[in-house]
Amino acid sequence: MNRARRYIVGGVAIVASIFVFLVPFAFIILTAMKDKKQAALREFSWPKEIHLWDNIVEVIETRDYQLLTAFVNSSIITVASVTLLVIFGAMVGFVLQRRPSRWTKIVSFFVLAGLIMPPAVVPTIWLMQSIGLFKTMHGFVLVQVAYGLSFTVLLFKNFVSTIPRELDEAAIIDGAGPVRLFFQVVLPLLKPVVVTVIVVQAVAIFNDFTNALYYLPGKQNVTVQLTLFNFQSQFLTQFNLLFANILLITIPPLLVYMFFNRQIVAGMTAGAVKG
Amino acid sequence: MTAELSAPLAGVRPLNRARPQLVTAYPSWFYLPAALIYGVLFLFPTIASLFFSLTRWTLFDWTFIGLGNFEQFFREPFLFQGLVNTLIYGVVTSGAKVVLGLLLGLLLTSDIIGRGYLRAVVFFPVLVSTVGVGITFTTMMHPTQGLLNESLALLGIKGPGWLTDPRFALLSVAAVDVWKGVGLATVIYMAGIVSIGSEYYEAAKIDGATAWQRFWTITLPLVKPATVTVVTLSLIGGLRSFDLIWAMTKGGPGFTSDVIASVIYKQYQAGFYGLSTAGNVVLFMMVAVIIVPLSWFLNRGETDR
Repeated sequence: MNRARRYIVGGVAIVASIFVFLVPFAFIILTAMKDKKQAALREFSWPKEIHLWDNIVEVIETRDYQLLTAFVNSSIITVASVTLLVIFGAMVGFVLQRRPSRWTKIVSFFVLAGLIMPPAVVPTIWLMQSIGLFKTMHGFVLVQVAYGLSFTVLLFKNFVSTIPRELDEAAIIDGAGPVRLFFQVVLPLLKPVVVTVIVVQAVAIFNDFTNALYYLPGKQNVTVQLTLFNFQSQFLTQFNLLFANILLITIPPLLVYMFFNRQIVAGMTAGAVKG
Repeated sequence: MTAELSAPLAGVRPLNRARPQLVTAYPSWFYLPAALIYGVLFLFPTIASLFFSLTRWTLFDWTFIGLGNFEQFFREPFLFQGLVNTLIYGVVTSGAKVVLGLLLGLLLTSDIIGRGYLRAVVFFPVLVSTVGVGITFTTMMHPTQGLLNESLALLGIKGPGWLTDPRFALLSVAAVDVWKGVGLATVIYMAGIVSIGSEYYEAAKIDGATAWQRFWTITLPLVKPATVTVVTLSLIGGLRSFDLIWAMTKGGPGFTSDVIASVIYKQYQAGFYGLSTAGNVVLFMMVAVIIVPLSWFLNRGETDR
């Protein structure tokens, strides 16, 4: 492409991107910095006085530090779910790729079903109530694992096929059993895809609103996405606090993006080239 | 194959012994933890939903009413509207993501200034909380005070009530969905475009093909796997979509932007558990009926080539 076009097309794209993509984020930050009165005007303008810190403190203190509780809860849920997903998903992906058997087709079918099918919510609530998992954090973790397994298994299965079988055989000859083979030989080799799974699933689970709405109602086990929703009615006229809250819960994904940009894109585009 | 070979060589015992050992290196019980969680919390409720959708249900007690819930779903205008809206929402969002994703993918793989910045800024909304995005755009789409209409007013255009006008509500939410999701379609297309060998373009250039011809006869057919992924992913997501709609309009005004997923939640809240579950069954029937033939059709073309 010739030099002038390179600058013109790029320049136009940059200007357009400012209006389309940066303005909404700037709006969040600006509103979070305003006082209550000015924020209520919904204007895209520079704050008269900067109240960012006051707003953040007030949001955190609201409802007896609910946002802090929510951050702790969301972190616990995310870490626990992702850990289980990585271990159980890798185990399935490993055996699924290594050992074709009559199970392979059935498992592959359920993996696909899990990717496509929307979960049946009310029967799940009914089931969780009857086994004491409804409204509990561990129950919610298990639900996240159940819903995230399909995608995880798919990623692991594709990656296991790139690890030579000879390594397995060498380990077996050295006397490793299946558990040692998997945890000490194979799992360390899966590190790149493990990072991808962790990042992609962590963002998905941290941002999950729908499932938290159904399976974790109530104040005790509130998650960050729910605080936003709870605050929406409470802060109906307090846009400064609402947007300070949005700003706060956007920081974790931003950090993840800054450090793991490549893995996220790799995970989310997995299968795009191969089909 | 090993079995056939080993029959005449019955004397070679170590080979025979090595085989069962290799098999147990990949034990079936590795499926067990995952299968248990998936089976109990996903599969079982799905199967149970087929039954409970045929009942009037209080969670403690049920009465069998046959297809009554489904009948209601197709008869009541406010429920049926949700069905139609789901289709519109799914088709509009995935169509827009395919077109815009491909255009952005081409733009961001071409040699322009600020490419790294543009890639980052297009992709970032994918990672942001959907509810946060919903609230932000709801505020900016306010009919009189919102940023969108105030900007349009500067240009002398009177913007509509994006979320308050029944004609626009669903499409406005769909537009925000595209804003948030187009980054994913773009990176998928970028991966597809980069994997096309440059020799095709060089050959076409030598033959004197115009840029348009090169796009139409090389790029478009060869990014088909990416298109298949984008279409299926965004259709699955679009048909199931709930959080953005709930954060922006709650299905309103009236029920003009209700989709099946929001109907399911509303009926659940109202305590009509049987009806809500029937909605769920309708939704997954719809997803299956659209996605399964579509992916079969799209992937069949792939193996033919």
